[in-house]
Amino acid sequence: MQTVTQRLANPTRFMELSARLLPFISATAAALLVYGLYLAFFASPADYQQGETVRIMYIHVPCAWLAMMIYSLIAMSSFGLLVFRHPLADVSAKAAAPLGAAFTFLALLTGSLWGKPMWGTYWVWDARLTSVLILFFLYIGLIALRSSIEDESSAAKLAAVLALVGVTLLPIIKFSVDWWNTLHQPSTGFTSSVDPSMRLPLLIMALGFTLMFFAMHLKAMRNEIMRRRLKSLQAQAVAGRDRLATQGVSE
Amino acid sequence: MKSFWVLVRRDLRLAVREGGAIGTALGFFVIVVSLMPLGLGPDLNLLSRIAPGVLWIALLLAALLSLNRIFEADYDDGTLDVLATGRLPLELVAAAKSLAHWLTTGVPLAVCAPLLGILLNLDLSAYPVLMATTLIGTPAVSFLGAIGAALTVKARRGGLLLALVVLPLYVPTLIFGITAIAAIASPAGASPSLLILAAVSLIAVVLGPVASAAALRVQLQ
Repeated sequence: MQTVTQRLANPTRFMELSARLLPFISATAAALLVYGLYLAFFASPADYQQGETVRIMYIHVPCAWLAMMIYSLIAMSSFGLLVFRHPLADVSAKAAAPLGAAFTFLALLTGSLWGKPMWGTYWVWDARLTSVLILFFLYIGLIALRSSIEDESSAAKLAAVLALVGVTLLPIIKFSVDWWNTLHQPSTGFTSSVDPSMRLPLLIMALGFTLMFFAMHLKAMRNEIMRRRLKSLQAQAVAGRDRLATQGVSE
Repeated sequence: MKSFWVLVRRDLRLAVREGGAIGTALGFFVIVVSLMPLGLGPDLNLLSRIAPGVLWIALLLAALLSLNRIFEADYDDGTLDVLATGRLPLELVAAAKSLAHWLTTGVPLAVCAPLLGILLNLDLSAYPVLMATTLIGTPAVSFLGAIGAALTVKARRGGLLLALVVLPLYVPTLIFGITAIAAIASPAGASPSLLILAAVSLIAVVLGPVASAAALRVQLQ
């Protein structure tokens, strides 16, 4: 009995499977995003209070959701690396970190643009905004730590330790709007408090963004695997040339 | 357990004989705090309002400056290899070194914070709570900082990286350290925030050595 993760542990099999899956995921993501953007910008009504600016929500909420989901994914991958020594776990964590940082940045940016008309300011030191900013710093720290260590396998494990330490902050970020009564509205998610005419586009955008992330993540993982293969091939080539040279074989 | 205390005592003695280490952190603390009135203007009302935040941030920065001392020297001269192969688990080694860092940096900084409060015209009623927050909060500073020190012990540009890695982890400590002081006037008083701060420190004391040891094992391979 092999679980899916065990079967995927073979990078070659992962490459085959991901090559087959990637076009479908990308196509579905693109279709959902096109449909979702149409709904969000043309077919859904403007809010009775917020007017047209409510449409920022359809970009902002999926980005904010991905910012936290990607960190959880990195933490799970890190756990998989440190505990089960899964060979693809580090590839997954490494590929996800820049994507997570990018979506967190987009969530901050769109939130700031939304904040100006709603709250009259681009930035307030409100619990949710501050905690998402910290999440962004966590991503930056992860990327910086990894890039500063040359040895790939120790970089992987150290980044994993940091990711697992940082994950203790994730609940604070998640529940900051519920615990502290501040400017940012409580998380509505996809509950019934959102009108169906806005819930559907939001749901489709969230799905589209999530699939788009997974497409990019798979692609980045494939690139990372190929980069590592290339590196080991180069190392082999150098070793082979050295051997030829020491044996005194002329070409 | 005996070797744990031996290690703590050794680190304390080293810090005292080195001398410079504690002095540098304290000096940095004093200078950052005294730069504040120069930068913000000598308005005493403003200063007393921002005093708790300024003291806490200066304390974190001063502690940050001393974090690389926790493991670096022992890593460089190979002592850490000896400690890692000894009978004491690496987790306890990390805990002992974090504890020694707290005693040599956290406690002196916490003791100095009220003195510097005078420079910032801090309200008299705030002194006991300020003292309580710094004493309760600084264990988190040392034990979380040790994780960062262990992660970056081998890295190039270690100092800058250390700040990037550790400062986000300090945010809960900072927030509850300051809300406790701000809450003196509120009906609930400072104790809820102090309790949360104590919880943060306890989590750090438990989590820190485990994570530091995991990072050190990778570095010592």
